[in-house]
Amino acid sequence: MKTITIDGRSIPFEEGQTIMDAALAADVYIPHLCHNPEFTPHGSCKLCNVKVNGRTCSACTMLAAEGQDVINNSKELNDARRAITQMLFVEGNHICPGCEKSGNCQLQALGYHFNMLDAHFPYFYPRREVDASHPDVLLDRDRCILCELCVRASRDVDHKNVFDIAGRGINAHLIVNSATGKLADSVLEVDDKAVEVCPVGAILVKHHGYEVPIGQRLYDHHDIAEISLMTEGGGSDE
Amino acid sequence: MHSTRVEDCKAFVETLIHRYQCNPTELIRILREIQDRYRHVPDAAIEALASQLSLPRSRIVGVIEFYSFLHTAPRGRYDVLLSDSISDHMLGKQSLMDDLCRKLGVAPGVTRADGQVSVDNTSCTGLCDQGPAGLVNGYAVTRLTSGRIDRMVPLINESVPLAEWPSDFFAIDDNIRRADLLLNERPEPGAALAALLERGADALLDEIDRSGLRGRGGAGFNTAMKWRFCREAEGDAHYVVCNADEGEPGTFKDRVLLDSYADQVFEGMTLCARIIGARRGFLYLRGEYRYLLKPLQDLLAQRRQKGLLGDDILGATGFNFDIDIHLGAGAYICGEESALIESLEGKRGIPRNRPPYPVTHGYLGRPTVVNNVETLAAAAAIAVHGGQWFAAVGTAKSKGTKILSICGDCARPGIYEYPFGTPIRDILTDCGAGGTLGIQVGGPSGTFIEPGEYDRRLGFEDLATGGSFMIFDASRSLLDIVGNFTHFFAHESCGFCTPCRVGTSLMKNTLDKIHSGHGTAGDLVELRSLCELIKEHSHCGLGHTAANPIIETLERFPDLYEQRLKAIVFEPGFDLDGALEAARQLTGRDDSAAHLQQVDR
Repeated sequence: MKTITIDGRSIPFEEGQTIMDAALAADVYIPHLCHNPEFTPHGSCKLCNVKVNGRTCSACTMLAAEGQDVINNSKELNDARRAITQMLFVEGNHICPGCEKSGNCQLQALGYHFNMLDAHFPYFYPRREVDASHPDVLLDRDRCILCELCVRASRDVDHKNVFDIAGRGINAHLIVNSATGKLADSVLEVDDKAVEVCPVGAILVKHHGYEVPIGQRLYDHHDIAEISLMTEGGGSDE
Repeated sequence: MHSTRVEDCKAFVETLIHRYQCNPTELIRILREIQDRYRHVPDAAIEALASQLSLPRSRIVGVIEFYSFLHTAPRGRYDVLLSDSISDHMLGKQSLMDDLCRKLGVAPGVTRADGQVSVDNTSCTGLCDQGPAGLVNGYAVTRLTSGRIDRMVPLINESVPLAEWPSDFFAIDDNIRRADLLLNERPEPGAALAALLERGADALLDEIDRSGLRGRGGAGFNTAMKWRFCREAEGDAHYVVCNADEGEPGTFKDRVLLDSYADQVFEGMTLCARIIGARRGFLYLRGEYRYLLKPLQDLLAQRRQKGLLGDDILGATGFNFDIDIHLGAGAYICGEESALIESLEGKRGIPRNRPPYPVTHGYLGRPTVVNNVETLAAAAAIAVHGGQWFAAVGTAKSKGTKILSICGDCARPGIYEYPFGTPIRDILTDCGAGGTLGIQVGGPSGTFIEPGEYDRRLGFEDLATGGSFMIFDASRSLLDIVGNFTHFFAHESCGFCTPCRVGTSLMKNTLDKIHSGHGTAGDLVELRSLCELIKEHSHCGLGHTAANPIIETLERFPDLYEQRLKAIVFEPGFDLDGALEAARQLTGRDDSAAHLQQVDR
């Protein structure tokens, strides 16, 4: 069996697996947000950045290879990951205490995980368009973190190509594939994978708000590392 | 849009799609032609493209919004862009911009109500030795003065066609001041290919190897090794790409090579094609160099006629290769090779995850060599003169010569070719620079050196550069320079990864705060750690280098930053008195009680 080491621990891998794949299979948590094992790795959020033989790489896109000595759980990396999480908070408009996704949101959960106590950076307060046109789905771009999970899910699983990214730099934003640019005129349906996969409160299902009280939700009581390994790790059903 | 316009637009899109053989990889070229005709990409065109190319509409909109020269809302019938590079600013760009906007009655970035004109900034146009420069409807104009601005205004207001504008507006000089190995001679077209056929591909590759040639874009990867990797990589097709997306501010040597030595560049591409087994190549020409498109296409046609391109090149059975020119649409990031390939495929220029590298997974996932213009020109010269001819010049790890684009505060800006190993001091003497503050070697993503370092030498061992060499005299403000570079990176960040997308904008805002006298000691500490984060954690070279101007100057000249800081104990996130301005205007007050001071006096 070929192996890599992660934080001194020997981790087996198979040809074609990324460092993230190998880590999850061995129940080693590498923080991640834009990565979801069900979809093509993307490598954009940079929360899974690890040091591989001294070089910074994204664990979700870097193929595992014999001889890799990976540092994952270090103070230096976790400080950087906290700062990156804070960047994601200040670039959008997040309203955690009142957000329908509160407690089930992976961005918020990572904030908890990294012991993030404030936003640290100045807020951008961008003006972003809310799209409430669809009968069953709300798109609130204020909370979009540009992870492109909905883009990938709609393209690769739903085969609908409902979402895409437009613009450049800090002006990058999520757009909808319809003549008006509105969700109502797209082919999106409430059962689409693209709706389910949003890790934050950007794509929300209508008519089902606050059924579980905030405070009794997933990440209110469990660290994201624990949930990730339970659902995505080696011991999970997948 | 009126229905006749819609019909016209649909018909035009139809002809384009037919011409580009319904190929979605041609999307950017198609969009450029639509933009030219309608001054934007109308909705009807997006609709027609989506249905006929079988692309999601959103994908097309995403592409349009990514590139600076494509628009979803109409620009003026005259779209004037002024180069925002530091060298243009040093030549008085800002006052010309103000002047032009005032005289035309237009605000930057907003098309005039009558649709006649729009004026905006654009990233470096690669005419730094003859600036201030700009683009009018995509065509380069040079040596702008207030006199030229005065002449330009009536031409625009009276709708004089661009073809009837004074030709001196569009005059572009090569300004070759020092020629060496490459610029001294122009081998006969076909000479390198004849040498190739005579000696064989293996022997020629060995010759390139012997020359020690390394990539001229700045990174310096060994050229023979790149070609060999690509040649050995498996794939049903191989490709050669010439990277002429010369976007690093202050670089313009590829413009001169493509203007006056293009035969040699195409010859280098053909040589590479034979060695790696490619039948198709692309020249990715940056949008700013659009005026070169027609002459380059004409030259390709000539080469086909001479049997130097096409089937059975120089009569060698099966030596088939042709070159297509792809015009970019205004995105610095497309100089990054994998972003360039994405752009060639008709997509947004987002750098790919690497590995795999283009030599194994490039254009359409096939093995692809991407080389700088100068590298390919050098390869052609090496084919003619031999590896030893080239390797005899330069230093141990940097063989041959390097072509520099010199601009800024010197008597003779222009193109200078030097053997690697030349000390900076000699270069400054040649171009007539004195009383300098420092030199930015390699553009904003490169290195700033001070007068005490002028014994340092050109070369991969010491000062590597893609060609940009900007000189600043003692009258210049370092923070203005750093500010210009930092704004450039924030503007050009592709937006893919968090550290660069958010970080470059945070960096820009924090630097501006300090620069404008509103920063505190805490902001400086913050700026430093932000820079380190962006450098360490970004996805590609843009992010890895975007913080360099601040990191380097903070290290060398901390005083310059500290002098700007406010001496207060707390950190204002904003200018308190400035924030009251709207309230003052609303209430019509400007008395002392309508002002608040942040600092205890």
